[in-house]
Amino acid sequence: MVVISDIFVQLGQMALVLLLAPLLTGVVRKIKARLLRRRGPSIFQPYRDLLRLLRKEVVLAENASWLFRVTPYVTFAAIWVAAALVPTFASGLEFSWSADLIAIVALLGSARFFLALAGMDVGTSFGGIGSSREVMIAALAEPAMLLMVFCVALIAGSTQLSTVATFMASSEVGLRVSLGMAMIALIMVALAENARIPVDNPATHLELTMVHEAMILEYSGRHLAMIEFGAFLKLLLYISLIICVFFPWQITTEGAGPLSYLVSVAAYILKLAVASLLLAVFETATAKMRVFRVPEFLGAALMLGLLGTLLRFVSRGF
Amino acid sequence: MIPAVAQQIWCVAALLGTTALAIASSRSRRSTALVYGATFAISLVALAGALFSLIARTGATELTLPIGLPWLGSHFRLDALAAFFLVVVNLGAATASLYGLGYGSHESTPQRILPFFPAFLAGMNLVVLADDAFTYLLCWEFMSLASWALVMAHHREADNTRAGYVYLVMASFGTLALLLAFGLLSGAGGSYSFAAIRSAEHTPSEAALVLALMLLGAGSKAGLVPLHVWLPLAHPAAPSHVSALMSGVMTKVAIYGFIRVVFDLLGPPSWSASVVVLILGGATAVIGILYALMENDLKRLLAYSTIENIGVIFTSLGLALAFQANGLGLAAALAFTAALFHVLNHSFFKSLLFFGAGAVLTSTGERDMEKLGGLIHRMPLTSFVFLVGCVAISALPPFNGFVSEWLMFQAVLLSPDLPQWGLKIMVPAIGALLALAAALAAACFVKAFGITFLGRARSPAAEAAGEVDRYSLAAMFALAALCFLAGILPGLVIDALSPVAEAMIGHRMPVQANDPWLSIVPIEESRSSYNGLLVFVFITAAASLAVYFIHRFASRAIRRGPAWGCGFSDPTPAAQYSGASFVQPIRRVFGTLVFQAREHVDMPAPGDLRPARFKVDIHDLVWERLYTPLTEAVWFLADRLNQLQFLTIRRYLSLVFATLVTLLLVLAIWS
Repeated sequence: MVVISDIFVQLGQMALVLLLAPLLTGVVRKIKARLLRRRGPSIFQPYRDLLRLLRKEVVLAENASWLFRVTPYVTFAAIWVAAALVPTFASGLEFSWSADLIAIVALLGSARFFLALAGMDVGTSFGGIGSSREVMIAALAEPAMLLMVFCVALIAGSTQLSTVATFMASSEVGLRVSLGMAMIALIMVALAENARIPVDNPATHLELTMVHEAMILEYSGRHLAMIEFGAFLKLLLYISLIICVFFPWQITTEGAGPLSYLVSVAAYILKLAVASLLLAVFETATAKMRVFRVPEFLGAALMLGLLGTLLRFVSRGF
Repeated sequence: MIPAVAQQIWCVAALLGTTALAIASSRSRRSTALVYGATFAISLVALAGALFSLIARTGATELTLPIGLPWLGSHFRLDALAAFFLVVVNLGAATASLYGLGYGSHESTPQRILPFFPAFLAGMNLVVLADDAFTYLLCWEFMSLASWALVMAHHREADNTRAGYVYLVMASFGTLALLLAFGLLSGAGGSYSFAAIRSAEHTPSEAALVLALMLLGAGSKAGLVPLHVWLPLAHPAAPSHVSALMSGVMTKVAIYGFIRVVFDLLGPPSWSASVVVLILGGATAVIGILYALMENDLKRLLAYSTIENIGVIFTSLGLALAFQANGLGLAAALAFTAALFHVLNHSFFKSLLFFGAGAVLTSTGERDMEKLGGLIHRMPLTSFVFLVGCVAISALPPFNGFVSEWLMFQAVLLSPDLPQWGLKIMVPAIGALLALAAALAAACFVKAFGITFLGRARSPAAEAAGEVDRYSLAAMFALAALCFLAGILPGLVIDALSPVAEAMIGHRMPVQANDPWLSIVPIEESRSSYNGLLVFVFITAAASLAVYFIHRFASRAIRRGPAWGCGFSDPTPAAQYSGASFVQPIRRVFGTLVFQAREHVDMPAPGDLRPARFKVDIHDLVWERLYTPLTEAVWFLADRLNQLQFLTIRRYLSLVFATLVTLLLVLAIWS
């Protein structure tokens, strides 16, 4: 009985992230537009964009290889699996033991690996510049992310996200300096990984400033739809990760009644709304930085992660 | 039933016989097929024997042969550790022989390779089997010299003689360090056999000295920074299947030597020893992969990446030492198993990648990545297996590289149990270095695959490339399959490694075979677990679901058109992103410090018609700061001592007399 309900929770969660991901991006775009005193497109515009892309034909470059055509599905699948393993509203996910936080980081790494290769497949300068910058950013963001994972795992005594969320939801954690540092590090990494301002601008197509968009410039039609969908999912994944590790209030732990699921889904959506508001305000208030300032930004995240980990040792209270 | 160790010795004898066969048949056209066929068969037999004694836990078997030093004989022993490393050696040997069946037929001077190839394999087998210091050193030197002869196979190519010379000097230096280490171990009594050394007591200062000497001796063979300089010269100089053996297997034999002495013969370690190993390992990992990133020669890139992986393995061994010194047996077993797992993984994917580089070399005649490109269209099978190797070595799930990396991170996360503050703080920092090295490795192999196989062909040779022969492909596909299987069924590998950990550490990781769904649980389930099989199934299912829905409900139309060039399409393939431009951002971030990289732009004044030039200066600081002063000092001394060659007989006699008197005086004062 428990197994069946767990599987339902797992499947529900996989469907929920798929349904919510475009909406989250739509909401962020809408809030950003309102902050700039524009009316902005409807919050459901990303769904319409995806449907429109799906109906269009694919224009492939003449020398695109099979790798170019496989990559959209591989990256989408890797990100979706990673997103399915992050507890959103309930912690006892059926398959959460099959991959822990380190594996989730590595799954996102796989997605990026293939996307960077696809950027180089056609042999244009745009793809190359995008891939080259993306791997530079990743080379700094990934260690920073793993140090954040170390910090959280050392406090929670586990790298298993369900266990971490249950532990963080218990009252014995309290406020800790090292957790605060880890949270800031994770937010910085999330901004870089999702190609948000100040690291990259998701709305620009100006050659010299773009990273992510340059890499996928050759994609069109259903392939582009899969990549865009993957990007929406990734944003949702990172926000869910921040929520489940640092703000796991009202998350349903194992053995709770059906009513608590409803409450926790509502709480989760509320938390997402708050996060998208904060993200939109932050993006509107800051400017994009030069590409070669990004290492400093991510280096700061790395140092925060390391400091958080070391502070954990210096004092138990912190 | 002959004992397992005798079977292995028979295999070695057969390999040496193959050497004789190669010499005898050197004029025959069939000799290539004959030699590689023989080594393939013998390696498979040896592999089966080693695998059986590892998995069936047959226990140690010993053998003494009446050869070698008189009244001493040669001792050989096959225990769990030796069995594991024999598996690594003979698996690499079997695939390299299979690959050689195809690759070797392109060789212009096969008689320079064929006799030494089986001898090299025999040497590596013997080092692992040796059970006394004398035999060990003799076999070690035999292995070094055989591999040196293989490095010099193409001695007419420009840089190869220098590579061979540097290799010879470094190998002699390494053997000297090993000689001193074993001298210290066998003590004043001169007990050469490992059994006697194991039971003897070693003072802490002696142990520290032996550890330092082993780091020099085994480290120089394995490629620890700063003793790595010969490796990126010598490994690529050899024919590709030998490069694969040197990088994938011979460095592992060096690691075997380190483990044998430090974990087995030396007795309980001190925690300060682990600090040295951890720092050296972490530094080697990061510096090695940065060198690899800057490299544009495909085989040298792979050789530098070997240095990184050796660093990763040493880091994990350092962790095992730290835990073991503090009596944390389970944690030590975890770190030790992770190191062995990575040894196995690296032998898989590095051999695979070197085979791939060899296939590219046969097909295009090029090792320079800046002259390749677009090979995915012309060598589809090779590019597929090369991609598998790249994904595996970049530590991405669900392949095998990720599993060993994951186990190492789990070991790093046990650092709060360590009592020493220095270690407590250092271990997470070393973990950060490991994470950095892994991320940079992914960048490096995006470059390696992207520049070589993707994009447009950068030279006519790359344009005219074709797929390689079936033997080479079979060897590569076998290794790719092993990378995949070890990635999705890691529990089986961990269980197979448990007798080694038991023998060396005294503890083992929990049995993984009973865990549901073949997942691996290093400590306990609530703490961490990973299931490569399920991750693979999930990814496949999610991707298939996406493909199904899209092809069922969305447009399936495809149109081919020219690539988008913003209105000005690149006129030549040379305008593509090159290897050097791909790493420019990373060079700017890390290279200014590690390589003192400087970019110079020579921009002519307006009206001046000469082209603008861009130049990058990269310095190899290890060469410039360490080896150049050293060679200069040696030259200086040699110059001075040169005068001794031209003395009169009276002066020589007086010198001899003075030396004799001094020695006698020293003796008199000493006693």
